[in-house]
Amino acid sequence: MRTSARNYYLVPYVAWIALFVVAPIVLIVYYSFQDIEGNWSLGNYAHFFTPVYMRMTLSSFWYALLITFFSLLIAYPTAFLLTRAKHKQLWLLLIILPSWVNLLLKAYAFIGLFGTYGAANAFLEAVGIGRQQILFTDFSFVFVSVYIFIPFMLLPVFNSLEELNPSLVQAARDLGASPWTTFRRVVFPLTIGGVKSGCQAVFIPALSLFMITRLIAGNRVITLGTAIEQHFLVTQDWGMGATIAVFLVIVMAVIMVVTGQRRKGARG
Amino acid sequence: MTSQPIIRFDNVTMQYDGDDAVLSDVSFEIEPGKFYTLLGPSGCGKTTILRLIAGFIQPSKGDIYLNGQRINGVPANKRQVNTVFQDYALFPHLNVYENVAFGLRVKKLKQAVIDEKVKEALRFVNLTGYENREIREMSGGQRQRVAIARAIVNEPEVLLLDEPLSALDLKLRTEMQSELRELQRRLGITFIFVTHDQEEALAMSDEIFVLNKGRIEQSGTPTDIYDEPINRFVADFIGESNILPGVMIRDYYVEFAGRSFDCMDGGFHPNEQVEVVIRPEDLEITAAGAGKLQIRVDSQLFRGVHYEITGHDESGNRWLVHSTRKVRVGEEIGLDFDPEAIHIMRFGETEEEFDKRIEAFTEVGDEN
Repeated sequence: MRTSARNYYLVPYVAWIALFVVAPIVLIVYYSFQDIEGNWSLGNYAHFFTPVYMRMTLSSFWYALLITFFSLLIAYPTAFLLTRAKHKQLWLLLIILPSWVNLLLKAYAFIGLFGTYGAANAFLEAVGIGRQQILFTDFSFVFVSVYIFIPFMLLPVFNSLEELNPSLVQAARDLGASPWTTFRRVVFPLTIGGVKSGCQAVFIPALSLFMITRLIAGNRVITLGTAIEQHFLVTQDWGMGATIAVFLVIVMAVIMVVTGQRRKGARG
Repeated sequence: MTSQPIIRFDNVTMQYDGDDAVLSDVSFEIEPGKFYTLLGPSGCGKTTILRLIAGFIQPSKGDIYLNGQRINGVPANKRQVNTVFQDYALFPHLNVYENVAFGLRVKKLKQAVIDEKVKEALRFVNLTGYENREIREMSGGQRQRVAIARAIVNEPEVLLLDEPLSALDLKLRTEMQSELRELQRRLGITFIFVTHDQEEALAMSDEIFVLNKGRIEQSGTPTDIYDEPINRFVADFIGESNILPGVMIRDYYVEFAGRSFDCMDGGFHPNEQVEVVIRPEDLEITAAGAGKLQIRVDSQLFRGVHYEITGHDESGNRWLVHSTRKVRVGEEIGLDFDPEAIHIMRFGETEEEFDKRIEAFTEVGDEN
């Protein structure tokens, strides 16, 4: 009686998972085995492993890697300084605040800033470098993406630094370690969990970015995300789009498994 | 006195902006090879002294010397001292061996040397065979030993211990007290131990510094401090005591609780107002009417080793007595004590003045 009553509470969650998690994945897998006429086929997968798509996959990974790397490069020292700052909660809020603004709005703002007659070029001209093509370059793509993803990297790293027992740092110093050795042998290894979650939170969505590739990179950067969008909305080849999506789901699962392990017992 | 002090504080003040001083104008010397204890209530500045020696903080005023060299501004990693932290601060991502080896690896010693030293240190703290254990698999007492091994493996000249026993249960704590004392004797290095537990301090130390509100109230051997506290704070903080107002009628003759008694203290003005200390275990219960004082018993608690009896005399002073004899509540009893049991404290006397007075009147006493 009691257990069956408890089971009823599960209904909304099970229904939710079935409808919005399991069903879409099943549908995507189903479509990935259909060609454009609706016949069963493995053609999409065969097509996926051709140089065109492989190049696209490689460039997706490459850009996602670059974005993750630069986000970490900026977010880690920032988080480190934040944990030592006086009004850290306020600073944290200020850094997170931009992520509340709509992504599309921010992308358009950057078009204005990076455009030929934008603020960035006005500044370059004023210091005597002269106008440059900033928009529609790899640089602007990575720059804007990093800007957008930094809060997602910063939060987990900040949290793991906050959790770090400060007496461990003192202990390392007491045992003769310089500030750099202390960082390398104590601080970083103990915050690697936060770094991993941050990398997951950035790398996975960065793999399938599509809007920024169009608006900021002017379709010069074509990632798997762009390809999916094109197949579903332009060429109407749902099968091929679904195949790429299946591939991304698998890659993400692998990344989660690889980076998620070895966390048990890392805390004392 | 013969050997050069290993640590010297010269008028050290520690103050964080805007706040009251944590340490005010503290000076002392630490001799090599002894077990020192900094004792005081929380917030008295004892941990601050430890952190100043370790180099985690720098003094606002004054100088700190290690082996005769001024070490203000020298960072913690360049000082020949090591610390055992209150929460042990063991590295959770390293096993026992790597924790102990940390300081040696930083010094880039050869693997064979590291091996030998780590083994030796673990043997010292009775943890042989635990090398590959993870820290989370160790009990509180074992973690404590790892923390000690990690510190002593670097062969420091001074070992700083920041309330290292406070997280242990009573039985383990008592065991570790004698082990630490033993360890200090075997290593022959200076230990500076911080605690708020007076029993711990009395049991382990060669020398105790009693601190209060950022000042050293008194320093000396455990017996000096217990038998001759210089003021109410020390008498109260170290052990339990009966502190009564009294008048020094003349040297070696004191009046309190409405009567006059012979005592052993001198160097006072005639009829000076003083405070009288008598330890509860120095009071002996006699039959009513006998003894030097009569009190009525208010309460009795069984403490295991003794009964803790409280009562009051005719003048209304409260008395605390430790006795193995049982009494009845409400009963009238007599109290007896020796002249040696009476200790007289002058109001507002500093340690220096106290020492001077003791010296002066013992000389006079010798002439008699």
